[in-house]
Amino acid sequence: MSAALAPRDRLRLLGLLTPAYLWLTVAIFLPLSAMLFFSLLSDVPFGDAPWHVTADNYLAFFQTTTYAKLLWKSIKLGLMVTLACVLVGYPCAYVLAKTIRGRAREALFLLVILPFWSNSLVRIFSWAIVLRGNGVLEVGLNAILPFEVDVNLMFSTPAIVIGLVHSYLPYVILTSYLALQAIDDSLIDAGRSMGAGKLTILRRIVLPLSLPGLVAGAVLVFVPVVGSFMEPRILGGRVGTYYGTVIEDQFVAVFNWPLGAALSFILLAVVLLILAVASPVLRRAQA
Amino acid sequence: MNGRVLTIAGRIWLGAILVFLYAPILIMALMSFNASPFYQLPFEFSTRWYQALGANAEIREAALRSVLIALVTTTIATVLGTAASIALFRYEFPGKRALRILLFPPIAIPWLITGTAMLIFFFGIGMGRGTPAVIIGHVALALPYVIVVVSARLATFDATLEDAARALGAGPWMVTRRVTLPWIAPGIIAGALFAFAVSFDQFVVSYFLSEPGDATLPVLIYTAIRKGFTPEINAVSTIIIVVSMLVMLIAARYSKFGGER
Repeated sequence: MSAALAPRDRLRLLGLLTPAYLWLTVAIFLPLSAMLFFSLLSDVPFGDAPWHVTADNYLAFFQTTTYAKLLWKSIKLGLMVTLACVLVGYPCAYVLAKTIRGRAREALFLLVILPFWSNSLVRIFSWAIVLRGNGVLEVGLNAILPFEVDVNLMFSTPAIVIGLVHSYLPYVILTSYLALQAIDDSLIDAGRSMGAGKLTILRRIVLPLSLPGLVAGAVLVFVPVVGSFMEPRILGGRVGTYYGTVIEDQFVAVFNWPLGAALSFILLAVVLLILAVASPVLRRAQA
Repeated sequence: MNGRVLTIAGRIWLGAILVFLYAPILIMALMSFNASPFYQLPFEFSTRWYQALGANAEIREAALRSVLIALVTTTIATVLGTAASIALFRYEFPGKRALRILLFPPIAIPWLITGTAMLIFFFGIGMGRGTPAVIIGHVALALPYVIVVVSARLATFDATLEDAARALGAGPWMVTRRVTLPWIAPGIIAGALFAFAVSFDQFVVSYFLSEPGDATLPVLIYTAIRKGFTPEINAVSTIIIVVSMLVMLIAARYSKFGGER
């Protein structure tokens, strides 16, 4: 593969690269292929039960409306969470990148993205403590407000959305911040000196130039949220049935692995579609 | 005048987001020191849940297992990732772009999909679930992060230094050990800490790959939450959050992911 290199360099190159990429092959790419194969089987090929190749698992998705409805529910959840993260996170990134300077900015930026690197499960669990009936939020609000309020958000869709926004907000802030920071301030000054108002500068200079970062952040939020299952389980209770939880069930409860594999692959197709749609904007970020 | 109002509004917005991000974590930490098992207020200070934690052998073993898995993952991912980064930096060859793109699937594909695919594959080849499977999975998830972080550091490295060392008669191994590695050391340390965080915090892939009696800490917590909350979980969760935030704070010292000042 490396025709231009001397034979000895080619050997060194292979020696340095092979371990990492072999590992990725065994742990990521072969498993994905195995899953594609499994999704086309009538039964798991372990033990004595007969099995054959079939498209039934994919047909199952289209025969009932159950799975399609759940997938749509998950996509809607993804859109809701992404929109919330963009609306909350982009202004925050702007404030950080363009109005605060020096060490304060660095410290604040670190503070904003630090929770993202802590355990997501634990953070979802912490919301369960805050949101439950008679929990901290309810008791706290009733202590401040002059009238009694009843806030039991636990086991509801808003609870799931709040938890997921908390989990993924740092992504949008991180990518938008990096894009906004790269915008040369003199461009903004030039716009202002020629009489552009704040809104015009935002719409004609800042937004277009930082769009790749914003879209990258949105994709990084949307993709995992569509496949989420732990967050809806913990914060959603009975309303927490989503496409992801159905896939989880196929592997840990119902043990219908071929169906689970087919459902996973349909999800993967949706993810790839999203990435393909976003890629023209994302490619601009690399240029 | 208008500008000042906007600036103040921006600061308030930022402050509100920080409250949103940290309040639930702080409340959870506070509740782990509350005597009531049902999170009853008023608050009454107690360390009983931390004491209960010490007596809980299941949680202790899971914690130890999580740390061990994270250390093994960190070691393997850092060595393999650094080697690959150096190769990608030093040599020009066809297919290099493709190799870089191949780093994205482990990050971009939802862990639900990679996790279940690994489960199927490891069963298919007869290895099944368990700690080795978990480690193989974690290394694959951590590798791209290490390569990205180390490559970022390598991008600031002046390749003519390698040429100079070579011209002075150093062999390839000598060049790597005495010139390249010392320069990228902060990147390697940051990459290692990222790998530790990815493994230590990983829930989804561990969930599908760990044996029921052999759970990692996050998997144990998930099972416990679904059975019903106890403040013991608060206590162990608080410890986990403190550990992973400390690891990332150290990582931040070595890699400037905030960009240039």
